[in-house]
Amino acid sequence: MNPLDTKKNYQNYVDQKSPNSPIVKNCLNSFWVGGLICVIGQFIWEACKQNGLETEICTTIVSIILVFISAFLTALNIFNRIGKFAGAGSLIPITGFANSIVSPAMEYKSEGYVMGVGSKMFTVAGPVLVYGISASIVVGIVYAIFGFGG
Amino acid sequence: MKKIGNQTIVFDAPPTVLETACIGGPKEANGPLAKYFDQVLDDEFWGEKSWEKAESKIIKETVNKVVAKSGLAQDKIGFCFAGDLLNQCISSGFGLRDLNVPYFGIFGACSTFVEGMSLAAIFAESGIADYALCATSSHFCSAEKQFRFPLELGNQRPQTSQWTITGAGATIVASSGKGPFITSITPRQNSRYGNKRCK
Repeated sequence: MNPLDTKKNYQNYVDQKSPNSPIVKNCLNSFWVGGLICVIGQFIWEACKQNGLETEICTTIVSIILVFISAFLTALNIFNRIGKFAGAGSLIPITGFANSIVSPAMEYKSEGYVMGVGSKMFTVAGPVLVYGISASIVVGIVYAIFGFGG
Repeated sequence: MKKIGNQTIVFDAPPTVLETACIGGPKEANGPLAKYFDQVLDDEFWGEKSWEKAESKIIKETVNKVVAKSGLAQDKIGFCFAGDLLNQCISSGFGLRDLNVPYFGIFGACSTFVEGMSLAAIFAESGIADYALCATSSHFCSAEKQFRFPLELGNQRPQTSQWTITGAGATIVASSGKGPFITSITPRQNSRYGNKRCK
């Protein structure tokens, strides 16, 4: 018996037996929920603009408000239900980032404020931050030397 | 007992499973196996303040149940083998500390229970202990926290993803009795499937 063949056969068997995810439905839900979050963001942005704030400040305020709403809904045990329904639609916007920091903070509160909340808060978001910032440094160096790509 | 082949131990006088007990969580209470549990819980916390404390309580109560069902005095039990999925096996460590039975903490993930029963059978057959206790526990919430993501994280699970049980099981292995018997044990070789080192 060839081990590689068996492994492949087993995978085929599993694929055959396991139900497929409803991809079309998931994509649609993801699309409209993600779109709705962006529309809410745009709405806040326009409201700020109407009140005479500068463009950059408007953008910051949008982020702050969306992060707050997401963190608040996470604490109320509502955001994870939205996430289950919408997947990437709610996870990819800044709302998902807020959720990924607040949820470990809640989960690890039982281990104390320093070793629990303090050290475990970034278990999910940490890699995104490390490689996001690292990538931006690399791009920044390239830009500083060659004056393009940034 | 003697060893046959590469990795199998055969018992001359097979030890027996004297008594069993198990407690299941709220999800298990709604499943097809609910009627086989000695007790099912309607609350994942069971009055405790953290998932870990709840899991510890579940294994403690399960062990108390199996000892009570067997009718044995606690000092008759020679050794106990227990483990769970958490760091330093804290559920079983804390859950069994009032038992006053020499304790081996074991870790085998899914195989912890069988691992415990294998060791208990060797102890029972060798004459070191007439009765040996094995127990294991897991808790969906503490396992998710330990190995996967926080419960509040808004991610999606595939339809075929596994769900760690909330519950505990315990059994007492005796050196002789009416059965069911443990006639032989075969641990697997700890080698990767398809790896060249695997014979």
